[in-house]
Amino acid sequence: MNTFVQQIINFLQLGSIYALCALSFTMVYGVARLVNFAHGSIFGVSMYVLFFASTYLFNVIESTWLVYVISLVISCIVTSLIALLLERVAYTPLRNAPKVAVVVSSVGAGMVIEYLILNIAGSKALRMPSLIPNIKFDLLGVSVPLYKFMIIIIAIITMVVLNIVIKKTKLGIAMRAVSQDRVAAGFMGIQTSKVVSASFVFGAIIAAVAASLYGTAYSIFAYDVGESIIWWSFIAAVLGGIGSINGAVLGGYIIGAISVLAPIILPVSSYKDIVAFAVLIIVLLVKPTGLLGKKGIEKI
Amino acid sequence: MNTKNRERSDPILKVEDLYVSYGKIAALRGISFEVHKGDIVAMLGANGAGKTTTLNALTGVVPVKSGSISFKGKTINNLPTSKITTMGIVHVPEGRRIFPDLTVGENLRIAAYLYENKDKDLYLERRENVFKLFPRLEKRVNQLGGTLSGGEQQMLAIGRALITGGEILLLDEPSMGLAPMLVKEILNTVKKIAEDGQTIMLVEQNAMLAMDIASYCYVLETGEIVYEGTSDYIRSQKKIAEVYLG
Repeated sequence: MNTFVQQIINFLQLGSIYALCALSFTMVYGVARLVNFAHGSIFGVSMYVLFFASTYLFNVIESTWLVYVISLVISCIVTSLIALLLERVAYTPLRNAPKVAVVVSSVGAGMVIEYLILNIAGSKALRMPSLIPNIKFDLLGVSVPLYKFMIIIIAIITMVVLNIVIKKTKLGIAMRAVSQDRVAAGFMGIQTSKVVSASFVFGAIIAAVAASLYGTAYSIFAYDVGESIIWWSFIAAVLGGIGSINGAVLGGYIIGAISVLAPIILPVSSYKDIVAFAVLIIVLLVKPTGLLGKKGIEKI
Repeated sequence: MNTKNRERSDPILKVEDLYVSYGKIAALRGISFEVHKGDIVAMLGANGAGKTTTLNALTGVVPVKSGSISFKGKTINNLPTSKITTMGIVHVPEGRRIFPDLTVGENLRIAAYLYENKDKDLYLERRENVFKLFPRLEKRVNQLGGTLSGGEQQMLAIGRALITGGEILLLDEPSMGLAPMLVKEILNTVKKIAEDGQTIMLVEQNAMLAMDIASYCYVLETGEIVYEGTSDYIRSQKKIAEVYLG
């Protein structure tokens, strides 16, 4: 019973982080139909901004919650600006170029950002300060640290808010309109390039939230933190149907479940990667658009 | 409207010597035409004559190679589409291009993108008017656009344009792919909209029906305007009808 509850919580925690990462990755694809492989580096940027901001703020502010909120806001702003710069430099000039060129450009831009981080912050692994008060409480006889709960709750709140924004607000409907027919969106008076920029900002903000949760869960990170994140986000997003918001969430939780279950069932813990890829391949064989993906979306 | 009247007032849309090409292929070769306030102007011609290209050049969907497009005295060549919409040219494209994964209600709401925050009442008023013109849309308001029939999609596309609202409405082949009964219904509605004072530029392959509602027509052939005149004049010239309008 104890192990079961613990594993459920582990699954929810890991799944929530993967879901947010996949969601942040899928935003740009969903609106602009381009695969943003530089997104992992965007995630890396938010980790570092969060680290430096919170490390500094802990010297001047006592409340852990306050430090968390302020450094998260700073991280969201900086990350959004970097994402906008990335769009301007690596994507806008290639608007009419073949998709392959955009993919190459995004991989290159991601490397530039990663090595800038390496140059500025060094190659040494860092430890993220605890951003959530270190309290434990009792759940069904299991002692659970508060941060695990907060990760799940913050992730779910982010997903719910994003869903409302996309479903109900004017900007959200405009994003969906641009994603479905960019030319027709122009006929409605929508400045499509601004809406595409907005999707970069959304992706950056969700990445910053995801980074704060990742930092809380695993604390140790280095300049290349975004590399594995981008691959798992990509896999989760494709599994669920790239461009689909619900698909990204579903894909994230499936990858989370595999990561928790595989080591229990299989003899070697690193087999989880094999299982994840096997699931991905099987799903794509049966449904090439991913679990919740729609037909007719142009893939690279 | 006769030719004399046309010369008296300033046109709201004036196109002079417009050239558009796709790579090396010239799609429009120096066409000139005018649209006056309150007119229904029809652009007629066979498939591939350049009708859709003309409308696409007006709203910046395809680049203008040379010539000038002036709207209310301002040159609008090659401006971004959204800017041209904002200025008051609203385009109902060929194939309707409604947003298939937005509901009918969302399709209509996004058409008010430019002013929804500033003037919600105007949006509701225009939407009410659209529902009066096309009662079927009101019944389908929560249905996804992609699930509508062809005729309903055309109604949605026109309704969307009426909500966006502009001084001139460009309609590209509103009858395309519709059953004859529906074609009549749609074109009658277009006429009704024009009677309320809306200026319309209509592109149609179905020339006979278009001439029924248009006041002035241009006949396009392989990128050039070969005839122009009032609907009665074009209709009276048997040769034009036989050669160009099938």
